[in-house]
Amino acid sequence: MSIPSVKVLVLRVEGTNCDIETVEAFQMVNTETRLVHLNELLKGELDLDDYHVFCIPGGFSYGDDLGAGKLLANQLKYRLRRKIEKFLSEGRAIIGICNGFQALVKAGLLPAFEKPFLRQEATLALNEKGLFVDRWIYMKHEEKCRCVLTRNLNSKVLYVPVNHAEGRFVASKDTIELLEEEGYVVFRYVDPYGRVAGYPWNPNGSMNNIAGICNTDGNVLGLMPHPEKYVYYNLHPSWTRFHSNPELDGLLFFKTIISNIVRSLM
Amino acid sequence: MSTVEYIRLRFTDEKQLIEISQKYMLSLSLEEMKIIQKYFQALGRDPTDVELNTIAQTWSEHCYHKTFKGIIETPSSTIDGLLKTFIFKATEEVSKPWCLIVFKDNAGLVAFDEEWAIAVKVETHNHPTALDPYGGAGTGTGGVFRDVMGVGAKPILSTDVLFFGPLYYPYEGLPPGIMHPRRLMRGAVAGIRDYGNKMGIPTACGAIYFDENYVCNPLVYAGCVGIMPIKKYVKNPKPGDFIVLAGGKTGRDGLRGVTFASMELTPESEQISAVSVQIGNPIEEKKLLEAILRARDKHDQPLYSAITDCGGGGLSSAIGEMAKGLGAIVELANVPLKYSGLRPWEIWLSESQERMVLAVPKNNIEELLEIFIGENCEATIIGEFTSTGHLCVKYHGEIVCDLDLDFLFQGIPRVRRRALWKPPLEEEVDFPQPRDLMDILKRILKSPNVASKEWVIRQYDHEVQARIIIKPLVGIDQDGPSDACVIKPLKDSWRGIVVSCGSNPKYSINPYKMSLSAIDEAIRNNISVGGRRIALLDNFSWGNPEREETLGALVEAAKGCHDGAVGFDTPFISGKDSLYNEYRLPDGRYLSIPGTLLITAVGIIPDVRNAITMDFKEPGNPIYMLGLTKSELGGSHYHMVLGLKGGIIPSVDIKMAKLVMDRLVEAIDLGYVKACHDCSEGGLAVALAESSFSGGLGAEVQLSRVLVDKVNRDDKILFSESNSRFVVEVSKHSAQEFENLMKELPCSKIGFVKSNNDLVVHGLDGKTYEENIWELKKAWKSTFDW
Repeated sequence: MSIPSVKVLVLRVEGTNCDIETVEAFQMVNTETRLVHLNELLKGELDLDDYHVFCIPGGFSYGDDLGAGKLLANQLKYRLRRKIEKFLSEGRAIIGICNGFQALVKAGLLPAFEKPFLRQEATLALNEKGLFVDRWIYMKHEEKCRCVLTRNLNSKVLYVPVNHAEGRFVASKDTIELLEEEGYVVFRYVDPYGRVAGYPWNPNGSMNNIAGICNTDGNVLGLMPHPEKYVYYNLHPSWTRFHSNPELDGLLFFKTIISNIVRSLM
Repeated sequence: MSTVEYIRLRFTDEKQLIEISQKYMLSLSLEEMKIIQKYFQALGRDPTDVELNTIAQTWSEHCYHKTFKGIIETPSSTIDGLLKTFIFKATEEVSKPWCLIVFKDNAGLVAFDEEWAIAVKVETHNHPTALDPYGGAGTGTGGVFRDVMGVGAKPILSTDVLFFGPLYYPYEGLPPGIMHPRRLMRGAVAGIRDYGNKMGIPTACGAIYFDENYVCNPLVYAGCVGIMPIKKYVKNPKPGDFIVLAGGKTGRDGLRGVTFASMELTPESEQISAVSVQIGNPIEEKKLLEAILRARDKHDQPLYSAITDCGGGGLSSAIGEMAKGLGAIVELANVPLKYSGLRPWEIWLSESQERMVLAVPKNNIEELLEIFIGENCEATIIGEFTSTGHLCVKYHGEIVCDLDLDFLFQGIPRVRRRALWKPPLEEEVDFPQPRDLMDILKRILKSPNVASKEWVIRQYDHEVQARIIIKPLVGIDQDGPSDACVIKPLKDSWRGIVVSCGSNPKYSINPYKMSLSAIDEAIRNNISVGGRRIALLDNFSWGNPEREETLGALVEAAKGCHDGAVGFDTPFISGKDSLYNEYRLPDGRYLSIPGTLLITAVGIIPDVRNAITMDFKEPGNPIYMLGLTKSELGGSHYHMVLGLKGGIIPSVDIKMAKLVMDRLVEAIDLGYVKACHDCSEGGLAVALAESSFSGGLGAEVQLSRVLVDKVNRDDKILFSESNSRFVVEVSKHSAQEFENLMKELPCSKIGFVKSNNDLVVHGLDGKTYEENIWELKKAWKSTFDW
């Protein structure tokens, strides 16, 4: 008996630039993945409801001209709102990576303490150093978080790159407290030993070293680091030093998400 | 609608002709003006400003490469074109079946495998960067991406090599109108960063040089590598095909950019020529790229019959080039404008960014336009190709330009220039050996040309597209300086592209050796990571070629290019020259850059999983040195930190170098090699230091084991910059096999990788030099710790 595969829609708009590798990463974990331009979605050429996962990959949507992800956030908020609300109410998953994360936060889809999503509770500000940064980082999964997509990652530390200029997670003291107490924080920047640490381990100066968060129901996940950039071992920056093949942390991220979706939706 | 000016040209004398050339900033010589005058006298009418500007752009140094194509007289011979005699000739002599399109299109094309081609182009954007470092360098990058898109390829790598004045140049010493080198550098880096990162093209290969002679004329070399299916390459416009202008709107930015590029800079350049610098918008270009790739791949054959970048010279150049052998009719009123008020010649010549021109068969037009609409990218029919042999341009129906294409492209008189070359006197410098060579090493490591550029590299996205296998920063802490970049362009193949570069402007007093050295350096960087089957690109930045000695030096450099390419069996596939990199001081004196040649090497690696990095891997492994060390310290960093001038410029024994390199590639493929680093700036000492601290491992070597040619001093062995040398770590289990393979070649075991953290060098007469590798690394990283 063949198992029907998970269907993933990867969105692209003007300035999306991590779309191809994100599609490939999803394909490597046996999903049926399609790359779709926002125009196709708006014209109703296809239906979001035919998919289990809606992924917004990295890039500079619309040039990030009004701040990272801001214009894309408006598209989500004002042009896709109904579709997204229905999609989420059925327990389907939204994943935002880098620019996708920025857009989800600015659209109020993350952390979305209240429904329907409306209010922006946090932001991704310019990196503390004031510059774009390309660097591999360690991010630790928060075992007790409410994210249903990353379940079984336990307290694993994943090694993947960040590539962004606006990745510093910032929110009010109350919001941060709520995020921490209620298990919204999914990934945190750590040092090689899994301890919370400062620059360069926290590459952008994020509050509480927050690298990724989820929403109240745990089915919307956003993160700044790029797991799709580490799906085979020669992409590791020090692979020429290896004696044996290490675990592919990026691929593990996608495997985990898809297996959790299979479990909950199929 | 009289928006066109007729310029009275037919009945003017020589003095007036020169005045006209100056008044309209045409940069045309008297001889050229006279030929234009004759053409219009025969037609019985005066030219319009559109026509005169079209001719000036087409005949500019930047577009036509007059000097490289012209006749050069030297005291001993007549050279029938530098390109033909040296550069193309080398490619012909080497004659490789895998060279697909060379020196013909926007970018050079070589085969990647049976189905895919690699497209490569390197461009300069020097003058715009001097006036506006952010915009100039950014649009340089955007422009070279479009060159690669202009053959229908997808850009997969951005490269950049930059030259500035000294980092801490005194402000009061800056000539009027000149920005400080640090400001130029920050601006240029930011421009390249924003364009590449936003387009989603990894920037993973490059270099930055600092030298007093670039204070007034900074240089920016932007390069791009792309990949495409071979069968998707089309260049076959037919009469009746629509001319489609796609991408950004047209404005006044970038007017006369190419004539501006063919003049020297002056204190007034900013006032007069600021409008020549374009304004970039990477997202516009990203949309254009997405649309073009979809138009290319929708069916078996592209929906377009030809495509080209709209760069220097704007529409006049893009459409003119495409219409060669055909003819074209264009309606300027259909060109989408950023704002109203542009005169016809401005529309026709504007170099506004992010525009490309496509020839589209009428049957495909609807499908093509639909693709562009789907990408929110503007595409407009502005004319069609004809068979009249004329370039006919209208504005609201009125003819504003009607030029015979044969005249436009073949009417230009060949320039004749004179070149003079006096071989420089190279003499050894006599000085006592300093005592503390490790202190000298640290000073070299700190010098800006050698020091870590991590501050710059981390601002460039080298992860996007997830295809870079050997990244610019390697080693245990991912901060070691990689010799070259390796890309795995296809999802389902392990075959890779290797990209590296070489440039040695410090050798410019001997341009022939400088060219050979740059070629040797680019190739040995490529081979250090496992590259082979190498193709070269040459990019010259030079001073005013109308000066005999300056042109003499250029001739020498071109000769070196020929001999290097033939000797190494590496064809040139593309190249460009940027002349007139000079600055005229208010008192009339000229400051010129040193002749600067950038060589870019593009190789292949059959399996990227066999690629090598430069960091030492395992204690106990033997370290070998390949190549002969000579007393060649002219232009060296050792001399630089000691403040010495003179010395012998390194030469290249091409035959021996090629033997060594071919064998080294074999050793890499056989799995003997664990690390490999080329010896360049700072020589053996810097190579050892970098490989040690990048691997987090010490090393111990004996200078008496280094193979030398008449060198008997520790300092000279450590810091000589002789070419064609490598430091190679070999697996201790393969040492014997490696030595057998290298038999009869200059190869010697000089020491071992150590488990401690010290670099230990035993001198010729018992003296030992020692330093902690983390101290060396600290020195190396301190300069750009911004």
